[in-house]
Amino acid sequence: MESLLLQVFNGLINGAFFALLSLGLAVIFGMLRVVNFMHGALYMLGAFATYLLGTSAGVSFWWALLLAPLAVAALGIVLERLFLRRLYDVDPLYNLLLTFGLTLVLQDTMRLRFGIQGVPYGAPPLLKGAVVWGNLLFPTYRLFVLGFSVMICLLTWWVIERTRVGMIIRAATENPGLTRALGIDVDRWVPPVFGFGVALAALAGVLAAPMRNVSPLMGADLIVTTFAIVVIGGLGSILGSVITGFLVGVIVALGAVYYPPVSNTLVFVLMAIILLLRPAGLFGSLE
Amino acid sequence: MTVRRIGWVALGGLVLLLPRLVYEGLALDILTWALFATSVDILLGHTGLLSFGHAAFFGAGAYASGLLALRGGVPYPVNAVAGALVAGALSVPLLYLAVRRRGIYFAMITLAFAQMIYYIINEWRSLTGGENGVQGVPRVLVGGLDLSNLTLFYYVTVPLVVLGIWMCWRIVHSPFGRVLMAIRENEVRARSLGYPVDRYKLLSAVLSCTLSGFAGGMYVIAHRFVALETVHWITSGTVVMMVLLGGMETTLGPAVGAALVLFLRDILSTWTDAWGVATGAIFVAVILVFRQGIVGTLQRLIQSRLHPAPQSAPRRPDEATPVSR
Repeated sequence: MESLLLQVFNGLINGAFFALLSLGLAVIFGMLRVVNFMHGALYMLGAFATYLLGTSAGVSFWWALLLAPLAVAALGIVLERLFLRRLYDVDPLYNLLLTFGLTLVLQDTMRLRFGIQGVPYGAPPLLKGAVVWGNLLFPTYRLFVLGFSVMICLLTWWVIERTRVGMIIRAATENPGLTRALGIDVDRWVPPVFGFGVALAALAGVLAAPMRNVSPLMGADLIVTTFAIVVIGGLGSILGSVITGFLVGVIVALGAVYYPPVSNTLVFVLMAIILLLRPAGLFGSLE
Repeated sequence: MTVRRIGWVALGGLVLLLPRLVYEGLALDILTWALFATSVDILLGHTGLLSFGHAAFFGAGAYASGLLALRGGVPYPVNAVAGALVAGALSVPLLYLAVRRRGIYFAMITLAFAQMIYYIINEWRSLTGGENGVQGVPRVLVGGLDLSNLTLFYYVTVPLVVLGIWMCWRIVHSPFGRVLMAIRENEVRARSLGYPVDRYKLLSAVLSCTLSGFAGGMYVIAHRFVALETVHWITSGTVVMMVLLGGMETTLGPAVGAALVLFLRDILSTWTDAWGVATGAIFVAVILVFRQGIVGTLQRLIQSRLHPAPQSAPRRPDEATPVSR
């Protein structure tokens, strides 16, 4: 029973990363109709930015939590203005391929600079140690990751569903032409929305830095898992992508208890089942 | 048409002389990847479906052929054909699920399933050797002829690759291929004309995956080993890049793209190890400014030279401009 509870906890931690990443993908997809293959590489850059800020400028983890996503988002906006923008009029598959090419460049650049092994990054002193609850030991840092990512997801949901800015974004997602006719400059909102989605990926990277090894390929496999989660949940709904992220995290962690070798493949089996039973995804509608 | 005949003779001469122009290993890679890229184009160019998971089927063909040759003593090219069948069989359930979604989702689903195959190959160490891959694959022809001489192996492989590329050509230039084109251009209309669209897509995908597996089978026998990286999504992306660079929906474009990418990689690798940066940059450049590809652009140029478009009335401003796919 206790080990089961611990697995659920670990699943929620993994789910927190899935949720942040698929939320960013959903935000970008909604506004730009682009599936951002770079998302895993940007997550990796978020972790490296945290490391670099810490080692070269002495910036603490807490400031990195703010500065690293801003820095990576700025890079994302530059890439969007330079490259992605040129392909909005052709099939969205071209932007998937474009971001694939950019992924190779980003990953390989970091490999040439830091090597394939990567670099270590310690948790901030305040979050070292663990919280004891009965016989269970919860590492403080992981509790923080869980709480912080839930907060960010809720905040994003609130901004999009409850504020004026969010209203504009939703309108532009639903019907760009009509939104323009109402006097709203839709194109002006594309870079900041893309930047925001990128910042979510980078934020996941910052949170991952003290937990996982900071390495050039840390996002390479994660992006494919995230794609599977997006297929399971459907890209249409903000809340849906968050719930699916956590749900898949927990299911995969529980599956690994019974038969460890499947821990990597379970999410894809899940995707196959969803495609069989509900092709549109849990929260999606068929395109 | 004599020009065309001269072109084919020149191409045939080039293929036969290739092991003299570059070293045999590279010549063989160009052959096998040419077939791989051409088979991907059945789906990408002619059916309009971007598969981001063909590494799995190329890899499945390679692993199956390699293991059959190593453990079962199955000679070449029977092992490569068996590898193709394994890849084809594997693709049936996976692509059956994938064709349930379209466009960008199809790409993500194929990518995800390919990653699943990658993990399975990695975990199933007793069969696949995990991260070490399959090594020491024998290279023996039917009848027991030793093929350890790479030049000899090259000339045995040429007719097989030609056969494979001819099959790709035959598939897309058949009544079946016309239906695929109809689906690509207007899926709803094809459906309302009574074509079982999903079944056509599935068959197109299975044929494409089978031929990719055939290419993988020849690849493993040529190298005498297969590594886990062969199945990684970078392979899937690379082959798509070859198709785009050479020109989608052209007969020889994918082969030209494969040859060019492999040749460039060979040159680059002698003075830099930043292959990923180079590949990615080429990819970005091709997609931004050169989506027609080399052969596509050439064909258009020749077309306009031979049959200049008649002086047409200026386009009316309200006329919709066709958007390239």
